[in-house]
Amino acid sequence: MKKLINQQPTKPFRWLLGIIPFFILLILYIGASNARLAENPNDKLLPALGSFVEAMDRLAFEPSKRSGEYVFWQDTVSSLERLGIGVGVSALIALIFGVVNGTIPYVRANLSPLITAISLVPPMAILPVLFIVFGLGELSKIVLIAIGITPFLIRDMQQRVLEIPSEQLIKAQTLGANTWQIIVRVVLPQVMPRLIASVRLSLGAAWLFLIAAEAIASTDGLGYRIFLVRRYLSMDVILPYVLWITLLAFAVDFALRKLSLWLYPWFHDQTPEGA
Amino acid sequence: MSYINIKNVWKEYGDQVVLERINNTVEKGDFITIVGASGCGKTTFLKMLLGTEGPSRGIITVANEPLHAEPDAQRGIVFQRYSVFPHMTVLQNVVLAREFEKSRFLSRLFGSAKKQAVEEALTMIEAVGLTPAINKYPHELSGGMQQRLAIAQALIKKPRILLLDEPFGALDPGIRADMHQLVLDLWRRYKLTIFMITHDLKEAFYLGTRLWVFDKDRIDPQAPGAFGARITYDMPVGSVDEKASAKIRESLQQEDADLDEPAMSGVTP
Ligand SMILES: Nc1ncnc2c1ncn2[C@@H]1O[C@H](COP(=O)(O)OP(=O)(O)OP(=O)(O)O)[C@@H](O)[C@H]1O
Ligand SMILES: [Mg+2]
Repeated sequence: MKKLINQQPTKPFRWLLGIIPFFILLILYIGASNARLAENPNDKLLPALGSFVEAMDRLAFEPSKRSGEYVFWQDTVSSLERLGIGVGVSALIALIFGVVNGTIPYVRANLSPLITAISLVPPMAILPVLFIVFGLGELSKIVLIAIGITPFLIRDMQQRVLEIPSEQLIKAQTLGANTWQIIVRVVLPQVMPRLIASVRLSLGAAWLFLIAAEAIASTDGLGYRIFLVRRYLSMDVILPYVLWITLLAFAVDFALRKLSLWLYPWFHDQTPEGA
Repeated sequence: MSYINIKNVWKEYGDQVVLERINNTVEKGDFITIVGASGCGKTTFLKMLLGTEGPSRGIITVANEPLHAEPDAQRGIVFQRYSVFPHMTVLQNVVLAREFEKSRFLSRLFGSAKKQAVEEALTMIEAVGLTPAINKYPHELSGGMQQRLAIAQALIKKPRILLLDEPFGALDPGIRADMHQLVLDLWRRYKLTIFMITHDLKEAFYLGTRLWVFDKDRIDPQAPGAFGARITYDMPVGSVDEKASAKIRESLQQEDADLDEPAMSGVTP
């Protein structure tokens, strides 16, 4: 008999082991829901699975009576758009500032303290300021996401650039490279996979800021819907929405991981943990 | 005036004197091999020639001008540790020097310019025996292969001064002999001036035109950092007599015993 740390489950068995906890949760939920509904058929806290299907069917496949839109899809598109623009803009800013900060000491001396200071401001605390300055439209929501995650991304990128061994930078110079050439051929390509990795890490925060902004001032979006139906205790809408958001978050993360594996195989091969 | 002049150069890190009173001149085309005990300051000396470390005192001039205090294309280097680019394949690593040279903005070549650069790189890769691995990334290569890649990468630039920091340490004897031929060949063909650190005395005698030994000629047992190493032997190789080489061997072994370090790999007679 091998020691426990050396025993590996076979692949199908690993799948099974992974699924069991989800299955148990589901059973527990159905049990609790049935118990409550048996006591009070109008209970709203733990609706039966059928109610979820009904609610989602209404939101996803019937046009809304008020606007004629398919509410569920409209919410999804709006939220993903805000998230995409917010995270995309943040990543671009982080890449530029992180790389320039990391490679050019004068810029770093100039900007690093400011970026550190900004990163310490709690973004939610300045949300009212954003609403006052940028209005209640799309812009303030995107800016909130950007303010929330950009400082972290910049600092992470700067750190990654500084971690490039000095031998490489010296080597490039002896091969005749100037500062610009070192940035485009040595630094940028090496921090790209690291940028994707830190974007993946910051996605949780990005979702948080998105839902917070939508909850406070919006007319559509996944976060907006959840907080809207809260007034009617509509767990039959809230729970599927939460599940959907989780699924979307997983899908985005998965897509970024695959993209990175595909574009930067050298990175993932040498840092198995960094995948 | 000589090509390279080293005038009263010192290097100190805090209280520790690493090198002291280094005075020497080097002619164009000299092939200088450097030996010395581990930690005596050989790499530090090379870094001063490279321009990444400045001397604490004294001055180094190249072609009658003070040495540029930053690395440039005039001086090529192969580091003790691997210095190839992990995000580029073998071929890309070697072509890079030409791309830097011919495409100042994009740093990328296209069409016939690219084809020409690739052909040149392939010849160099062939010379270091990496042809079967041109499309591999450095992490897919063994240590010795990475080192050969670093050598090809530096040599394609044909720098006027080539600095080699134990470049062949990780290579097996067969490939080592091939690399010796390659370096000698390029040295003769392009009139390079080469500084090479090695722990292998036989290699030092065989390759160089001059052999330098770095050693401390004064030692204060109470303060090991008080005195730095100097060039204690500077001899044309070729005219070397057995007595001198035995003396060098002895002084190196002495040093190693003092530092309580494993004996040098290359001092077998
Ligand atoms: N940046 C630094 N700061 C402080 N001390 C340093 C620094 N670089 C080197 N030293 C010291 O200088 C001395 C010489 O180091 P160096 O790397 O030149 O040795 P070396 O002769 O190349 O040794 P080896 O044969 O092991 O490579 C060592 O004692 C080392 O501790
Ligand atoms: Mg060294």
